[in-house]
Amino acid sequence: MESITLAVNGTERNLEVEPRTLLVHALRDDLRLTGTNIGCDSSSCGACTVLVDGQSVKSCTMFAVQADGADVTTIEGVADSDGTMHPMQQAFHEHHALQCGYCTPGMVMAAISLVEEYPDLDDQGVRHGLEGNLCRCTGYQNIVNAVLAVAGSGSEGSES
Amino acid sequence: MIPASFDYKVAESAEHAVALLTEHGDEAKLLAGGHSLIPMMRFRLATPTVLVDVGRLDDLRYINADNGTISIGALTRHSELEHSELLAQSCPMMASVAALVGDPAVRHRGTLGGTLAHSDPASDLPAAVLALGGTIVARGPGGDREIAATDFFTGYFESALADDEMIVEVRVPAGGAGWNYQKFNRRAQDWAIVGVAVANAGAGVSLVNMGSTPLRASAVEAAVASGASAADAAAVAAEGLQPPSDLNADADYRRHLARVFTQRALNAAGVA
Repeated sequence: MESITLAVNGTERNLEVEPRTLLVHALRDDLRLTGTNIGCDSSSCGACTVLVDGQSVKSCTMFAVQADGADVTTIEGVADSDGTMHPMQQAFHEHHALQCGYCTPGMVMAAISLVEEYPDLDDQGVRHGLEGNLCRCTGYQNIVNAVLAVAGSGSEGSES
Repeated sequence: MIPASFDYKVAESAEHAVALLTEHGDEAKLLAGGHSLIPMMRFRLATPTVLVDVGRLDDLRYINADNGTISIGALTRHSELEHSELLAQSCPMMASVAALVGDPAVRHRGTLGGTLAHSDPASDLPAAVLALGGTIVARGPGGDREIAATDFFTGYFESALADDEMIVEVRVPAGGAGWNYQKFNRRAQDWAIVGVAVANAGAGVSLVNMGSTPLRASAVEAAVASGASAADAAAVAAEGLQPPSDLNADADYRRHLARVFTQRALNAAGVA
């Protein structure tokens, strides 16, 4: 077993994990943060996307030991402590950017990272940028609208 | 889909990683971004008993330009290549091809050294390094040695790296003007069914997923050098090649795609 420390949603957490423990399993099984879903389990679908040091990562394709010392943000950590939703969550709400909701946590985390990384996103940029996140309800149109609303609002560091 | 158990070692330096590889031999694998290795371990296609994590060697994350050569640290991530202003100015092909790898989350983790060491014939960046005429610097117990990209890929997922060597740096000549990369696939974020990289107006041409390794398209290069048109040069793109047949494309279709995309890439790179 390896001892690791993760700053998960702003709180330092100490864990004992097997080296082969994947980050998604440490989050879900050890820390009971089950908002992060497991979909394809093979880094294709993006349902398990979290932020590691602020960047989107598929947590099924990273060992927990690799995240030792890192800041990890999950869907449970993006809203304000008073319950005010993150602008990306709010946009998903307003644009009805979810159907069954299974892809939504990963989609929101990927979208937060995307608008941070690419300041001048247009429709094609959002579609290209989210190609690693699959919505099997195929509800992409409203997801793209939600991300564009945040990308255009400047609320995620975007100046456009 | 839980990987088999392994011992986890954190490398404190490239030399330390080499020492751990020397100690554990072919039981050990280097772990960088893990985006090729971890899926293989999950499918139990790879069962190393020791993983040496080189992902924390931040001194091997850099992009420098010196005397016409771009030197890139092996642990530089694809997203860092993609957003590098130095590459955008001095070797835009590397930045543009990096931006086509996987998706943003994959690019946040995957590393240039890792994708070269993995030697997947379907990967994008090995083809760019080949077309640009790059060099791979490997560190072993006896020090560093330089391996030309043309000599690096030796077989299906096999490279010229010894069991006790790790890539520390990748060098490509600055410039590459007259370049283009064509990537054909059916699903977003997928590997290329066939890809074609052209650098230096056709002086360097390489093919993705057209054989057991990333390939230099020597016949195309020779045709361009002798003044052939893009159409005539592209006609020989698949000559002598034995591309794989799989659920995406059979070998004959891949040969057809190689000819079509070689012509497009040459045209886009300024070869009439």
